[in-house]
Formats: sequence, structure tokens, C-alpha cells
Amino acid sequence: MFDQPNTLPAAPGVGYKPQHYSDILADAGPVRWLEIHAENYMGDGGRPIAQLRFLADRFPISVHGVGLSIGGETPLDPSHLARLKYLCDWLNPASFSEHLAWSTHDSGFLNDLLPLPYTNATLARVCSHIDQVQETLGRRMLLENPSSYLAFAESTYDEPAFLAEVSKRTGCGLLLDVNNIFVSATNLNYDPRAYVDAFPLDQVGEIHLGGHDEDEDDHGAPLLIDSHGREVADPVWTLLDYVLEKSGPRPTLIEWDTDVPDWATLALEAARAEAALDKVPA
Amino acid sequence: MSNTMKTLAVVGAVAAALSAHATTASADGAKEKCFGISLAGQNDCAAGPGTTCAGTSKVDYQGNAWKLVDAGTCMNIELPAMADGSMRHGSLEALSRDLPMEG
Amino acid sequence: MTQTDFTTAIFDPARPVPAGLTDAAGRPAGKRFSVYRNNVAVSLKEALETGFPATARLLGEANFETLAQRYLRARPPQSPLMMLFGEGFADYIAAIPALKSLGYLPDVARLEYAMRQSYHAGDAAPLDPAKLAALPPEALNRARLSFAPAVRLVLSDWPIHAIRQKALEPDAPNPPGTAQPVLITRPNYDPVPHPLAPEQAVLIAALMDGATLSRALTQAPRADLGAVLSLLLAQSALTDIDVETPK
Repeated sequence: MFDQPNTLPAAPGVGYKPQHYSDILADAGPVRWLEIHAENYMGDGGRPIAQLRFLADRFPISVHGVGLSIGGETPLDPSHLARLKYLCDWLNPASFSEHLAWSTHDSGFLNDLLPLPYTNATLARVCSHIDQVQETLGRRMLLENPSSYLAFAESTYDEPAFLAEVSKRTGCGLLLDVNNIFVSATNLNYDPRAYVDAFPLDQVGEIHLGGHDEDEDDHGAPLLIDSHGREVADPVWTLLDYVLEKSGPRPTLIEWDTDVPDWATLALEAARAEAALDKVPA
Repeated sequence: MSNTMKTLAVVGAVAAALSAHATTASADGAKEKCFGISLAGQNDCAAGPGTTCAGTSKVDYQGNAWKLVDAGTCMNIELPAMADGSMRHGSLEALSRDLPMEG
Repeated sequence: MTQTDFTTAIFDPARPVPAGLTDAAGRPAGKRFSVYRNNVAVSLKEALETGFPATARLLGEANFETLAQRYLRARPPQSPLMMLFGEGFADYIAAIPALKSLGYLPDVARLEYAMRQSYHAGDAAPLDPAKLAALPPEALNRARLSFAPAVRLVLSDWPIHAIRQKALEPDAPNPPGTAQPVLITRPNYDPVPHPLAPEQAVLIAALMDGATLSRALTQAPRADLGAVLSLLLAQSALTDIDVETPK
């Protein structure tokens, strides 16, 4: 068990990549906390666990699950939930979060965050899964808004209303991915600020920022892809300012998962997040 | 081998191993090597390459998609016939030539 | 529309996009659904490519792409841990008629997966050589070794160690015409593959199976036990030694 704080600091963090291990220990720059993908630390031992043991003594850690399939029509995988519990019991991390998405089906694990219709049936299922997670882990979790590339004709809630209801019913906190808002708002043609206005910001325990790619749909309309492979786009930084003005400073994470840059480049992005956080009163 | 001979062999082997071990030492931190990252098999939550890639191309289940022109390193490795003659259909170059025909 | 409909369409690009998926104007989702098709197919293909780099090089890009696209549909991951994806890849390759002539390929894939297993295996304190040195000579015959969780033995009739090296580094020597079973050790955090003579592999397999030194040597009379023990000690491959009580 590690001596971790109960919450993440309202400061910049980054998604941890093993290639940055030495750089982080030498000089973390503005980075005050680290996020790991839970599934990468579910082996029995070796370097991943050794690094995590060392880092958890020095930084607040956010455990971010990418494989629990909280929106899945199938029951939560009990062995995966048990692995999450084992990791969280051992690490005692400052935060645990997962996605409003599904990724596991009877036929297997699809290794992607797949979309959900926002209906009463989905709401009931997601809430019951979150109850199960929070009971098993004995802690409050954060649920993250997804990037959307399409809409479901059957949806009866908009996304902020859906997430607000999940939070209200389960007591879970929310992880607000500002890039995902921008991506989804562009792809589904709505106003990202209206989304922020409707969002229960008081429940936000963490903010995510990441880079996106640009593509287009069959009709030539812009289709943004949540690639996490480049710098955070300027309009996303502007949207972050809008969020922070309303919410106050929050733990703010830079995600860079593909074409991972050197530490200096990633630290520059974190410094930009720090500047945005410094602009708003605590 | 008699039991005495076997004991001698075991004792001699252990003695040799112990003396050799005295000269080796190892020290290495948890510093990452690129080697390890590719070994790891990582989960992440990034999206892929958009709308134009492998997921939308039709998958060839008929087996005639194997390509000679791009047969990889197989084409460049010369594998001598195995010493015991059991696998005399030897060189990888020759083997990979069969590839498209068998498909 | 259920998640089964969604999944079926994800894995089969020939199927239409499921009904009820739209753009903002309510038009059919079309290409937008391809984003998910691609995320799934490309992320799983890339996982295989990074997990089996020598297998990929040996086959070449186009052939490996074909193989990966079939495998990920026939055997999608059964666990959310991507570190486990590809467990059955070697057997899958072995069952493909068109690849039968590349007899070594499944064993190379098996070696690559074993390297990954070793990387994630549990940690264990290595055997203190003093414990071995303290055993009286008459007890050595009955001594049994415990192996570290990261140790793997990959048996093969092909020179898979050299083939893997040649695939990863084109300047590496050409493979010999002899079988090369491989012992994987993890002295620190990086798995190390060691080519073995077949006799050594028989000896190590017997030892890993719990045979006493003497019995293992009976199974592999021509193996150099001293060399094998030196290797195991130097590579921190052993965790303990105990002596079988005579019956």
C-alpha cells in the first residue's frame, strides 16, 4: 500500500509512458501527477510493476481503466474486476476512472471504446455496472465522456444530461475530456460551449486533453478522430479556458498515446495546461 | 554411466558452475529500453487512423492473398540442410517460393 | 440494434452499417462507422505486429497484414489485457496450409510470445549460490531446482534463435543447419533468449519438470550439466534448491 493522496492535485498531469521513466525522475517539470492505463499493470511483475512501485512513491497516480466495458450488454467480467481491485488495493491510487463506452462482447474484446445510445435501458445498465465497480473497489470512480463519430437514432438523452443522471444515481464523479467535447461537437454539429454549460461541472474530478486528427465523412463534413497522436489543438485550449472559468482549477491531464514524443515536448504541453490553470482563481 | 560416475559428474558440474558464477555480476535499473515497450503489449485509449484503412478493406479468406513479391526476410535467409538430414527440404528461399502456389 | 449487431458489422466490412446509426442530420452513418471498424482492426493488427516483430519481418508486410486480418477476426482477444493477445497465434499459423512450408514460423511466433510472457512474469529472489555450495556432495544427486517464474523453455526442431535474430537484424549471421531450442531468462527486467543444444534442452526440461540433478542427467547423458548450471545461476534463473528425501 502506498501513501497516496485521496484526490489528484488541481495541477497538470500526463499519461505515463514507460519510455519517459528516466526523464520524469530526473526532472518532471510542471508535471505533478501521472495517469496509467490499468490494464498495462495487470501482469505478475517485471519492469512495468517495478516502475510503478517507484513512481507511486513519488507522484499521485490516477488509474485509468480502458477495458472494463462499463456500457457493455454483457455482465462485467468478474476476473477483470478482481484484477482492478487487486491493483487499486495495492496501489491505493489518488483516483480511478473509466469510460462511458463498451469494448467487450461475447465474441471477445474489441480493443476500442465503442459508442452507446443514450436511452433509459443504457442508463440502467451503466448505473448498475458503476454501482458494482464502486462497491467492489470500495471507492468513488470517475466516468469519462467519449469521443463520438456518429449518433444513435434511438437516443432520448443528450450526453451531458445522460452523464448528469448517471452521476446523480450512482454518486460517481465525472472525468471531462475537453478534446472529446470538441471532437464530438464538431462531428455531431453542436455547440461545445452549450455542452459545457449543461455539464454538471461540480462533479468533475479530472480533465483530459489530447490531440485529434482531421478526416471527413461521406458528405465532405469534417470528421475529427480522437487519435492522441499530436499537440492539443488551439480551439481545445480555448474551450479548456471556458471550462476552467466555470469550474475553477481541476487536475488536468495531457494524453499522448500514439507517435509518443520526447519528454520535453510532452512537458511543454503540460506547461501550457499549467498556464491555463494559473489564469483561474483557486 | 555408473552411479559413482554420475555423482562425480554432478559434483564436478556444480563446482564448475559455482566458480563461474563468482565472476559474474549484474546491475540494472528499471529504466525502459525500447525492446521492453514493444514486448509489453499495451492497452491505450487512442483512436486509430480514421476512415481509410485496414478495417474497411475486404478480408481475403480464400488464401490467395499471399504475395511472393513481398515475401519478407524469408527470401533472404539461407538455411542449410539440417545436420541430421531430417529436414532436408532446407533453404527458406526455396520454401518461400512455394508460398503463393500453395495458397 | 444490439451490441451483437454492432460487433458483427465491425468484423465484417462486407456487411452494411447497422441501421439506426446516423450523422447529426439523421442520415445513415456511412463512413463514420468505418472509424470504429478501423480502430478495432488496426489496433489489433498493430498489437500483433509489435508483439511478433520477427514473424512479421519473415512474412513481409503484405503477408503479415493478410495473416493478422484473418487472425484478429478468427480469434479476437478473449481478455481485455492486450499483453495476452496472440497466445494462440503460433498454433493458428501452424494450421494454415499455405504457410505449412515455413515449418519454423510457428516456433518463431511461439518464441516471441514466450518472450512477452517472460517480460510480465512475476519477480522472484534468485537462489543464493551459497545454498548450492553448502550442499554435501552426496546430496547433490538428489537436489532439485526451482525456477524463476520468468524462465521459459521453447522447444523447436529449427534454429529459431538465429532465425529470429536474422529477421530482426539483417546483419546477423545466417542460421545454422541445426535445431536451436531456446531458454528465456530474465536476469533483470529484460528477457534474454539463449540458444541451446537439443541435449541441453532435454536436461533443462527435466529439471523444470522437477527431476533431481541425477535423474535429469540420466535423461540427457550427453548434456554438459556444468555449463547449464552456470548459465542458470548467472541468469538468475533459479530461485531455490531442495534435496529429495530418499524413499
